[in-house]
Amino acid sequence: MSFDFLSDKDRIFTNVYGFQPWNLKSAEARGDWDNTKDLIAWGQDKIIDEMKASGLRGRGGAGFPTGMKWSFMPKESKDGRPSFLVINADESEPGSCKDREILRHDPHKLIEGALIAGFAMRARAAYIYVRGEYIREAQVLQAAVDEAYEAGLIGKNAAKSGYDFDVFVHRGAGAYICGEETAMIESLEGKKGQPRLKPPFPAGAGLYGCPTTVNNVESIAVVPTILRRGASWFASFGRENNKGTKLFQISGHVDKPCVVEEAMSIPFRDLIEKHCGGIRGGWDNLLAVIPGGSSVPLVPAAQIMDAPMDFDGLKEVGSGLGTAAVIVMDKSTDIVQAISRLSYFYKHESCGQCTPCREGTGWMWRVMERMRTGDADISEIDTLYEVTKQVEGHTICALGDAAAWPIQGLIKHFRPEMERRIVEKQGNPPMMEAAE
Amino acid sequence: MPKLTVDGIEVEVPQGATVLQACEAAGKEIPRFCYHERLSIAGNCRMCLVEVKPGPPKPQASCALPAMDNQEVRTNSDMVKKAREGVMEFMLINHPLDCPICDQGGECDLQDQSVAYGRGGSRYDENKRAVTEKYMGPIIKTAMTRCIHCTRCVRFAEEVAGTEQIGAVGRGENMQITSYLEKAVSSELSGNVIDLCPVGALTSRPYAYEARPWELKKTLGIDVMDAVGTNIRFDSRGREVLRVLPRVNDDVNEEWAHDKSRYAVDGLMRRRLDRPYVRTNGKLVEATWAQAFEAIAAVNAGSSVAAVAGDLLDCETMFAARELLAMMGSSLIEGRQTGLKYDVSSLAAVNFNSTLNGIETADAILLVGTNPRWEAPLVNTRIRKAIKHGAKIYAIGAEIDLTYKVAWLGNDMSLLGKLPDGVAEVFKGAERPALIMGGGALGVEGAMGAALVLVDTFNMVRDTEDGAWNGFNVLHMAASRMGGLMLGWAQPGGIADLVAAKPRLLFALGADEVDFSQFEGSFKVFIGHHGDKGAAAADVILPSAAYSEKNGTYVNAEGRVQMSDKAVFAPGDAREDWSILRALSEVLGHKLPFDTFGECRAAMRASVPALGVEGLASFEWAPPVLDATASGPVGYPIKDFYLTNAIARASSTMQRCSAELLHGEPILEAAE
Repeated sequence: MSFDFLSDKDRIFTNVYGFQPWNLKSAEARGDWDNTKDLIAWGQDKIIDEMKASGLRGRGGAGFPTGMKWSFMPKESKDGRPSFLVINADESEPGSCKDREILRHDPHKLIEGALIAGFAMRARAAYIYVRGEYIREAQVLQAAVDEAYEAGLIGKNAAKSGYDFDVFVHRGAGAYICGEETAMIESLEGKKGQPRLKPPFPAGAGLYGCPTTVNNVESIAVVPTILRRGASWFASFGRENNKGTKLFQISGHVDKPCVVEEAMSIPFRDLIEKHCGGIRGGWDNLLAVIPGGSSVPLVPAAQIMDAPMDFDGLKEVGSGLGTAAVIVMDKSTDIVQAISRLSYFYKHESCGQCTPCREGTGWMWRVMERMRTGDADISEIDTLYEVTKQVEGHTICALGDAAAWPIQGLIKHFRPEMERRIVEKQGNPPMMEAAE
Repeated sequence: MPKLTVDGIEVEVPQGATVLQACEAAGKEIPRFCYHERLSIAGNCRMCLVEVKPGPPKPQASCALPAMDNQEVRTNSDMVKKAREGVMEFMLINHPLDCPICDQGGECDLQDQSVAYGRGGSRYDENKRAVTEKYMGPIIKTAMTRCIHCTRCVRFAEEVAGTEQIGAVGRGENMQITSYLEKAVSSELSGNVIDLCPVGALTSRPYAYEARPWELKKTLGIDVMDAVGTNIRFDSRGREVLRVLPRVNDDVNEEWAHDKSRYAVDGLMRRRLDRPYVRTNGKLVEATWAQAFEAIAAVNAGSSVAAVAGDLLDCETMFAARELLAMMGSSLIEGRQTGLKYDVSSLAAVNFNSTLNGIETADAILLVGTNPRWEAPLVNTRIRKAIKHGAKIYAIGAEIDLTYKVAWLGNDMSLLGKLPDGVAEVFKGAERPALIMGGGALGVEGAMGAALVLVDTFNMVRDTEDGAWNGFNVLHMAASRMGGLMLGWAQPGGIADLVAAKPRLLFALGADEVDFSQFEGSFKVFIGHHGDKGAAAADVILPSAAYSEKNGTYVNAEGRVQMSDKAVFAPGDAREDWSILRALSEVLGHKLPFDTFGECRAAMRASVPALGVEGLASFEWAPPVLDATASGPVGYPIKDFYLTNAIARASSTMQRCSAELLHGEPILEAAE
């Protein structure tokens, strides 16, 4: 193993496993809320420049540079509209579980980050949209927010910085689509969670028609530490364009599934060997990996083993980093069933607003189910592929793409397996007979 | 003004236009389902995908994409063709093959566009989705399995009708459009969602399984159910008008029509007067035209004759009757049946001067004793639009639900003389202040004078940067009113003048709202088309044609002169009104000087030239000075929106709407 692993002193999330209490006192002992006032005294431009220099890319899946996203916000309100920060804690992607650890074990990192980020984008308040199923997590977060209000860290004259900033915790009702930024805004406004058309982008007209930035929990929670330790420190991890540290969430057929903070660009093999105790049954038993949560295509074993785990490295193998929710599948996996189950998830979570996704996800799932049982025709594999292509890129939001990609990955890499099932189910193909 | 190219054709479009509009400007047809000019953009059907450079390498929804300088739009590339085929295939996989039994067949966007942009066959082998029907009331028939979730109906209900009673529940392929509690949609404009629905999910209940669109004769007409003058199209087969649809006229009705305009037409086949009657021994007995005319001539009225015009009359009828009375030596003609007697010395002072279109631009509106939601639903939608543009609405009258936020000042007409300070401030500061007087207010002594004083106080008639502005509006309820007033159908004391004259002969021209007990000593001749109140009180009934059965000129509340065409023939022995009056005039010895409808119309135009020019008639603004002390409460004259005239009262659809929507009676339907 040649990789330069992240050392403990460089970890941002020092309580990710909850060995210490989440409360303000412990958080302060871990370094949170340490002279936040001074960070705010830097001024908006310097904070944004520092964030840009750190190379932090959004941790919610798309990997858009965070500093640049903030800089899209208006510098001053010409018409009296306030700006808002919305923090996406609607972590519903199958495989993802990093935000949950932050919410329940390190909520003050998030709240402090919200204040700084909110200040940097001149936001009036932050709304933290917590996934409906995260009941305990929302309770902890709310308690932490209450603590912070009580200590004067947020609210009027937040952390004695002279800046007024509110943080509101909002609980979702359990819809995956509300993790899409504009659907989240709709849901916050009390409407049916359906993505909006873009343009206008949220930075122009978002929550209640006001300029809004939606950021992932992790993107916001790392901000105070980046500013305290400097952009160059953060940028010292990972490859060019893929800087920093990242919470990886490894699930599936490894010996010890875990959530772990590691430097970006860590090779897959090192990540698994160091933190997860290896693949169940050894590396020869690895079948495929979904490296970034359910919505990215799977990568077969041979290609993933030595791939660097970052945005560009996984793009090269035809997949993506997503939220770094690594789903490992060994050879005991029924890969067709696995993807079919994901298709069911997307069919269930499609909001129903636009045609290709509403109709396509159901169609794809039904065909996938027949692929699983082999109750199909070989030519239907091509049809299925075409249907995924008809959904991909034709929808309002990215859920259509997310539903299409896993199936495309399956067909690309496991077509022989699909064909085998069909042939097996049908027995030997019947003798072709000429028409009379 | 962005300049862009569409398939190589260079077009320039106004700022803020969408790529879809740019494509249309270039003469390219863009298929669409969810996009509608008068509704907000949803972008959810994905049928309007086009290829746009610069931009991501995937097709873009043109309806939601702003047109920008130097865009290169392709509507005929392979990518676009495939995208359309793909979306169309998705639309159809769960759409039932109902076309042979679907009322939308022949005028269905989905049919047309699947022929034009779809693939030949389907590759979908799974089961299709079935959705239970949703009850939406006596107007809208649903077959929700056919729904393609374009949400036009949802947006219409929310944005135009203002009754948020249609929405989507569930998500993904289980998303359903419903009226939530499966109660009838209680909007007067509900019928419009039937037109808006691009498929056969929402169809017309009264018209269900009646006809196919290609069987129908289409005639351009003008609606007479209120004073808006909605532009309509009669769809008729044989001698029956099967349905009425709105035509597009941005100045009048945009492209909407309210439910009474659309569905009162089944009343044209019921309770019709199809032969003359003469009252003999207290009973109305069938007669021939000759017998009826003789009975009238036998009255020997001389000049002791008067006439009352009903609410649905065309100008030609009123002109012919006026001429007949003039030849007999009488000028006792009146159209305000219920006893109104407001001053008509200046027609501008009884006109909707802001114009229907213009009221949208008002920034402060005072409603005086009016319920626009019932008196003119399409004016109500205009007021809703004004609010969307930032207008403030105040009202004097009893509180009612107008579908938008109104600041109710109280139900006391003396408020006209002493508006609360805050309200006066708003009107002082407004750039385009307006006042709307309804039929209720017209009946209050002094109200018009007080309103005209307000017009002066707040300088409601002024020149603005965008041209002249006149904020004084009278909202009439009768289609015949403005035309009648232009033809002089008004007495200083209203109908009381006629009563006082004790005429020996009284012509009631489709007048069904008159209290005929006032005319006990008169010989009453009813010339009309429905057996309603007027016919019941008559001594002689002469059956005439309804608005769908004659050519006619109508003037709407804003003074817009419009012509309507004859769609079908009147039933039985009924004749067109002008010809009845012409024939009768000969029997009475005062022969009217025209033998054809054309001559009648020409004579009318010679007498009142404004009636010969289609479009807004211009009335000079010279308001009279009137008594300006009004006080007391004001009532709304319309008690039942669905039953305001003889045709509507005869219509079983309107009766059912009234019973269910206004009186909450459950509807009993036979099991099939």
